[in-house]
Amino acid sequence: MKKIINDPKTVVAESLRGLALAHADVLRVEDDPAIVVRVDAPLAGKVAVISGGGSGHEPLHGGFVGQGMLAAAVPGAVFTSPTPDAVEAAVKATTGDAGALLIVKNYTGDVLNFETAAELAAAEGLDVRSVVIDDDVAVKDATYTAGRRGVGGTVLLEKLTGAAAERGDALDAVEALARKVIGQVRSIGVALTAPTVPHAGEPSFALADDEIEFGIGIHGEPGIEKTPAVSADELVARMVEAVVSDLPFADGDKVLLFTNSMGGTPLVELYLAHGIAERLLAERGIVVERRLVGPYITSLEMQGMSLTLLKLDDELTELWDAPVNTPALRWGV
Amino acid sequence: MACTAETLAAALRAAAAVIAEHRTELIDLDRAIGDADHGENLDRGFTAIVSALDAMAPETPETPAAVAKLAATTLISKVGGAAGPLYGTAFLRASVKLGDATEVDGPLLVEALRAALEGVQARGKAVGGDATMVDALIPAVSAAEEASGEDIVAILTAAANAADKGAESTVDLVPRKGRASYLGERAKGHLDPGARSTALLLRAFAEAAK
Repeated sequence: MKKIINDPKTVVAESLRGLALAHADVLRVEDDPAIVVRVDAPLAGKVAVISGGGSGHEPLHGGFVGQGMLAAAVPGAVFTSPTPDAVEAAVKATTGDAGALLIVKNYTGDVLNFETAAELAAAEGLDVRSVVIDDDVAVKDATYTAGRRGVGGTVLLEKLTGAAAERGDALDAVEALARKVIGQVRSIGVALTAPTVPHAGEPSFALADDEIEFGIGIHGEPGIEKTPAVSADELVARMVEAVVSDLPFADGDKVLLFTNSMGGTPLVELYLAHGIAERLLAERGIVVERRLVGPYITSLEMQGMSLTLLKLDDELTELWDAPVNTPALRWGV
Repeated sequence: MACTAETLAAALRAAAAVIAEHRTELIDLDRAIGDADHGENLDRGFTAIVSALDAMAPETPETPAAVAKLAATTLISKVGGAAGPLYGTAFLRASVKLGDATEVDGPLLVEALRAALEGVQARGKAVGGDATMVDALIPAVSAAEEASGEDIVAILTAAANAADKGAESTVDLVPRKGRASYLGERAKGHLDPGARSTALLLRAFAEAAK
């Protein structure tokens, strides 16, 4: 394992120190438990949108803290959900009378810890709601699994609910918006290589040079299927088919297309794939109205990518375009 | 013999040593079907339990329940992931069942084990056959109940033996809970790391009680 680290046990803390220094104008980091909060928190009169999860997915979630997006992010150890007291600390540091919305990705650990935190906060009289994002079309049947995972759609959900909170929507409305977005966003991911978790010291799975993992999550776990490596045209076609057929997205739908690098795939390949995806969607009559391309929800240094489609309407488009000022997303300010 | 606060504290220290010793094995088991954090997370949690006990030394909490509660809150606040809430809940429910007894006898120990199992199932929603820690805990609690007339060493040894077998049974199962469930059939042939750690912990308790 070659990594730019000192000690696997201090990776997250040292990284957060750098994040705080690099973006002191929009966020601050509080210690013990470690949380990332907006520089102007606690928020008066606005819903605090809070998310979190294991570290190793940067810029998710700390990179999305700031005006127009998250009020706080709760980082856990690498690929490990944060503890309930850390989530509760984030709620207390940011939440005012307007309450808080917790955005939880559907992994057993995240759900258990955020659920517990929401109970603790509610017991203290805070109005806290939770939504669980589960946009991964690779996981089909919740009867035999823990249910669909939360993947790329999380980034879009955080932006849209953050914009609604920023304009002053009440908690009921922000929660309803979150449920609407969750209902119309879908993703699929592929891996070309495995990541190496710092404390584990070796790659999370073995892949031959001519193999890929199709239908991955964001934790360096194997996908639903190991398949031969194919051309970008073939790969993206298979990914688009998986996402489009799931909702399903139909001729005439307006969408946001989010092409995401899992960390190790360079932009030259990502833009190439994005171009193919746009062409394939156009052939189906699906209108790409907004785009996001880049490494936004990653899996350490894993090579691979994910595609996320969100069905847009006027309200969602307006919220997407609303000003945002965070380390990783910034426009309109 | 009965179990006092001191005995349970010593058992937790022994458990911490066993988890540290098997940290890499648990990481490797988890890497095959999950995200390679189980050994690291449990090691962090049990190390924190030892630190919490050290911080109180030479005092020990007065009751076994207080020691179990210390373990529960430490695991919940230091581990995260799924293991933190699940093991934390197990110790918390056991602690509630132990009440204010200063000495835990066999029948009360068995009741506490049953409460721990029920807590884990309530939180994780897993049943037997899902390929989780519950597959080690269910047979362990049944074995403990059958041995409830004997002393606590015999009860814990019976539980640990059954947990070992239960954990082994997960190799042939298709996981239906947790991260491994996403792999479906691909996860067959792998020992569940949570079932393995449960078996390790029960064995550590049984050895420490001797």
